[in-house]
Amino acid sequence: MKFTILVLLSALIVCATPHAVALDRAAVEKLALGDGEERLEAIAALITEGDARAVEVLDALASGDLQVAGKRVLIVKGGSAVDAVTGEKLAALPAEREDVVANNRLRNAAQGAVATLQLVSPDRAQRFAAAKALSASADASALPLVKKALEKEGDTDIRALLAQIAATLELKAGDAKTRLSAVRTLGTSGGGNAKPLLLSVLEDETDPDVKLEAKHSLKQIDKRLAWGQRAGLLFAGVSLGSILLLAALGLAITYGLMGVINMAHGELIMIGAYATFVVQNLFKAHMPSVFDWYLLCAVPVAFAVAALVGMVLERTVIRWLYGRPLETLLATWGISLVLIQAVRTIFGAQNVQVENPAFMSGGIEIMSGVVLPWSRIVIVSFAGAVLAGVWLLLTRTRLGLFIRGVTQNRGMASCVGVPTARVDTLAFGLGSGIAGLAGCALSQIGNVGPDLGQSYIVDSFMVVVLGGVGQLAGTVYAALGLGFANKLLESWAGAVLAKIAVLVFIIVFIQKRPQGMFALKGRSVET
Amino acid sequence: MFHRRSFLKRFSALASTLAVAAAVGVHAPDALAQAKTVKVGILHSLSGTMAISETVLKDVALMAIDEINAKGGVMGMKIEPVVVDPASNWPLFAEKARQLISQDKVAVTFGCWTSVSRKSVLPVFEELNSLLFYPVQYEGEEISRNVFYTGAAPNQQAIPAVEYLMSKEGGAAKRWVLLGTDYVYPRTTNKILRAFLKSKGVADKDIDEKYTPFGHSDYQTIVADVKKFAAGGKTAVVSTINGDSNVPFYKELGNQGLKATDVPVVAFSVGEEELRGVDTKPLVGHLAAWNYFMSIKAPANDEFTKKWASYAKAKNIAGHKDKPLTNDPMEATYIGIYMWKQAVEKAKSFDTDKVAAAMGGQTFTAPSGITSKMDEKNHHLHKAVFIGEVKADGQFNVVWKTKGPVKAQPWSPFIPGNDKKKDEPALMAEKPAAKK
Amino acid sequence: MSGPLTSTFTLLYGARGWSALAAAGCVLFVAFPMLNLLAPADSVLQLSAYWVTLIGKIMCYAIVAVAMDLIWGYCGILSLGHGLFFALGGYGMGMYLMRQIGRDGQYRAELPDFMVFLDWKELPWHWWNSDSFAWALLLAVAVPGLLAYVFGYFAFRSRIKGVYFSIITQALTFAAMLLFFRNETGFGGNNGFTDFKRILGFPITTPQTRMVLFTLTGAVLIATLLLGRYLVTSKFGRVLAAIRDAEQRVMFCGYNTLHYKLFIWTLSAVLCGIAGALYVTQVGIINPGEMSPANSIEIAIWVAVGGRGTLAGAIAGAGVVNGAKSFFTQVFPEYWLYVLGMMFILVTLFMPQGIVGLLNKSRSGK
Repeated sequence: MKFTILVLLSALIVCATPHAVALDRAAVEKLALGDGEERLEAIAALITEGDARAVEVLDALASGDLQVAGKRVLIVKGGSAVDAVTGEKLAALPAEREDVVANNRLRNAAQGAVATLQLVSPDRAQRFAAAKALSASADASALPLVKKALEKEGDTDIRALLAQIAATLELKAGDAKTRLSAVRTLGTSGGGNAKPLLLSVLEDETDPDVKLEAKHSLKQIDKRLAWGQRAGLLFAGVSLGSILLLAALGLAITYGLMGVINMAHGELIMIGAYATFVVQNLFKAHMPSVFDWYLLCAVPVAFAVAALVGMVLERTVIRWLYGRPLETLLATWGISLVLIQAVRTIFGAQNVQVENPAFMSGGIEIMSGVVLPWSRIVIVSFAGAVLAGVWLLLTRTRLGLFIRGVTQNRGMASCVGVPTARVDTLAFGLGSGIAGLAGCALSQIGNVGPDLGQSYIVDSFMVVVLGGVGQLAGTVYAALGLGFANKLLESWAGAVLAKIAVLVFIIVFIQKRPQGMFALKGRSVET
Repeated sequence: MFHRRSFLKRFSALASTLAVAAAVGVHAPDALAQAKTVKVGILHSLSGTMAISETVLKDVALMAIDEINAKGGVMGMKIEPVVVDPASNWPLFAEKARQLISQDKVAVTFGCWTSVSRKSVLPVFEELNSLLFYPVQYEGEEISRNVFYTGAAPNQQAIPAVEYLMSKEGGAAKRWVLLGTDYVYPRTTNKILRAFLKSKGVADKDIDEKYTPFGHSDYQTIVADVKKFAAGGKTAVVSTINGDSNVPFYKELGNQGLKATDVPVVAFSVGEEELRGVDTKPLVGHLAAWNYFMSIKAPANDEFTKKWASYAKAKNIAGHKDKPLTNDPMEATYIGIYMWKQAVEKAKSFDTDKVAAAMGGQTFTAPSGITSKMDEKNHHLHKAVFIGEVKADGQFNVVWKTKGPVKAQPWSPFIPGNDKKKDEPALMAEKPAAKK
Repeated sequence: MSGPLTSTFTLLYGARGWSALAAAGCVLFVAFPMLNLLAPADSVLQLSAYWVTLIGKIMCYAIVAVAMDLIWGYCGILSLGHGLFFALGGYGMGMYLMRQIGRDGQYRAELPDFMVFLDWKELPWHWWNSDSFAWALLLAVAVPGLLAYVFGYFAFRSRIKGVYFSIITQALTFAAMLLFFRNETGFGGNNGFTDFKRILGFPITTPQTRMVLFTLTGAVLIATLLLGRYLVTSKFGRVLAAIRDAEQRVMFCGYNTLHYKLFIWTLSAVLCGIAGALYVTQVGIINPGEMSPANSIEIAIWVAVGGRGTLAGAIAGAGVVNGAKSFFTQVFPEYWLYVLGMMFILVTLFMPQGIVGLLNKSRSGK
């Protein structure tokens, strides 16, 4: 299939200049209304026209913007329609329209076709994207085109990509010299998908030089991949660690300060996530133009809502239970049940959708095969920012001084005039607010549902206890440590065993250091 | 600490409290009962981890019952639903089932979602000889004369999906990642699929089977592994990841740039409801296999979705009142209730054995547009299989469907030893006399 | 022989206490069986199988609550992992019950169904001798006991206390839950064990078998109560209370608190194991969900609601909370969590001594 497209193309590419004429009506109709094979033929036919409009139609097909009204094929984008054949704009959207369904195969063909057409596009970004698309799916028939594009190409990045594509396609060339250079090129620049190709070279190759070179190239690729994997693992560990940190930081404050086992901590995280959801909906409804920036507004709202709920809880329930730390567990467990059910009643039992802003979806490819998702990068930096904020607050402000004072010696602090009751409320609000921030961050990578908090509460407790109560540094080390350990073991033994191993490690570690990694120094008398 | 006299008083006070509570428990439902009604039980978790999926099944069951009552009920009797909350707690499922049958005297029960909840109530339904309608796709390997399975068996969902992905139209996948949550449904499905793939000439090294724990939310490593595996040839992922873990999985998939055109993921537990929580734009083209999609164009479906939308609005059902969604288990619940009504009317009785006998061969025009038939013998529905690709709005494009309804094979032929199994519960049951 | 015994008798409970116990015994061992087995099916007096299983289940929970109260109420150690011991006892008995199914499973195989479906050809090592009832009983007692002993030995030796201890017990049960969720572990994965057919050759779902198990549970509950009472009224119990209130002073007095704590901790785990074994026969299913941290927290809540530090309170708490749960999930299926949640909050705020405390207060107020 692709072969015909490309043979036709190679003749065309040189002479075709974009000119706005109507496309072949029959081909467009076949594309929209035909069955599987017919539609692939239609793509081939459209491409021979080599027209910028063909690209538009194929793009619309791939992205699901193509619709039909009767037999008229339309490209519908954002409420206005363009006739796919003539390119003229319709005055009004026809009432009866149906989507043109494209499956993966068709979409693949359309994208491939668009990519080959755009290899010679004047726009660098388009050429780059086209080369990228081809590197995943090119077959032998594309070789002449790729070579032609390679001759003309001035940009070094795109040249490298094209050379790599050409190399993968030349591995089976008749000439041993060409094969040798192709193998060499793959060795210096090929990614993971070049590996099976080189392995098959090792099996089938007759020329000893090429074989030797292939072995060498394979080693190079393996080395590169191993580094990529290590980098990926490192990032995954940091990312998981930062999530644990966010979830546990608030708990570290409330627990460290008041010794309150707040089982409703997870639900405060959940409240933060739902606050984000509500803000997102408000933006969607009232300010769609600045939707991408809704998070900037959601962060303070999530903090404020969770902090408010926390302070109300402190004033109405937890305040009355000081000195009975284990019993707060019971009351806060009750609170968590009530909060979960309240959210279920208000928002429904099902998950709600929190969309990533556009700048947070997708990722950056740092090495071949290693993609760091933007959402995770943002969360890691967000966790860092929150940590810095909390640290500044605790060390540089009057409130922070009071909080530290009360944490270390409540009685003494009270004696020297610290309003401990108010500090308690504010500190609890702070801890809850941070939980809200965690919820805001978690909404970007996971579920937002009534059970959101439940899945983080055990982990948060582990982090706080492992780190040592009342120590910010301990919480940080513990969170990052657990994140790394978890990811390292997971790549080794699978997710379940990794988690079990980490839990067992915590149990054993606490035997060695019953007060956590960073115990409060001093000679506190127990009971 | 302990004063003897106070203990006695305390104990007797306690005993009387308990007795009062017990008395209220016994008599409350009786007082509610009225002459011309028949009770049916609805046994879906409204709290706990499964509430996320099951709550809506309770609502759709109530909707169907309202409809039937508005049209005069069953045999002139109004249906009175008895809703209980087993709270995603499996032993509680058994307790609630026993309560529905023996205390509330329900004629039939609609309920359960997870396999373990079904396994937990099964002995109760068999012991007390009552009927359960189970509306969710499941792993098969079971036939009970007391259960009617209105969801799909593996051959009505998993195998057609894999066949589609192997076909040229589906992308001609050569390598397979079987990814699931570690419980019985994914395990069995993957076991069947492995045998099926082998029968199609796929080598073991081209199949990668992976499991994650319940509630797993960090899919960084798994997605990276899939990517690595996919470098070895055209790969498809068959996902039996359980409800809640799907959102983080799909988000990771989208963010790490694994597109459906490169590595399509076909899921058996992801429907409209699960995608509600996901931004589907990066997921366009990933697949799901079901016996019903909300986007199916059929008059019966238009009616069903419209009814649901107005019901959700009228009953103020959170979530659905703003964005009503229907999905496969909801359709299966709906079919089940109507088929039960038809069977009762055919049998002219609410008696378990008579209704069960009358169920075989019942037909119903399902919202999917297909006339579904209850198999004469094996208690499973004949259902059409649809394969849909995710669209940007969270709905599915049907890209493939079977020519007509497919008969269920609860005993998959791809599991060794099953060829000897009889495809009918009468021969499986302890009490063969109960049914001819 | 009779001398010390009599004094123990009078020490445990007074005449009224004993007569209350005797009354409870009569209800459990005479009235309930008669109402269940002899009363005609349609009579008002008929005690249905539903009530028998429900009360049987709650009695199992009550044993756990007493076990919890012994360590939390009397020794000040809050365990958030008691669900694990309970579940281990249940699994010990469950293995035997699985083997009793014999060839009546879905696959008509010698092995339990879930092993057939995992393609296992023979029983794994930890199923050794699992077709012996005595071995099952031993497992149900010894496994939780041994685990608790080892865990407790290290934890108490390191002087892990208070919240730290609570959290690591939570980690323990959470890790065990994940382990049991794995199908490869060989305990049926998420589904656990279910669909039991018979015990000691008797069919397990007949009213007679059910009644035997029910009365047995009642007997174990009463025995647990008496044992607990004996322990806490003895000198041992007073040392425990002293440890709870000021451990260091007890140590300065020359007591090695490790042994005291370890003994009561292990005993508590063993009692949970027994309760679990009784539970699985009556409820008919055991799965890793029992080990979820939430379940263990709930055990603590029973005790708190009933009244910490009173054994009868623990039983009352288990009864009230579980009774309320069963009742409200039926009457207000959509709102019962509010009721339960508010109950926990209000009890802690206004009834710090639990139900028993409230009863005492109302009495002394008169």
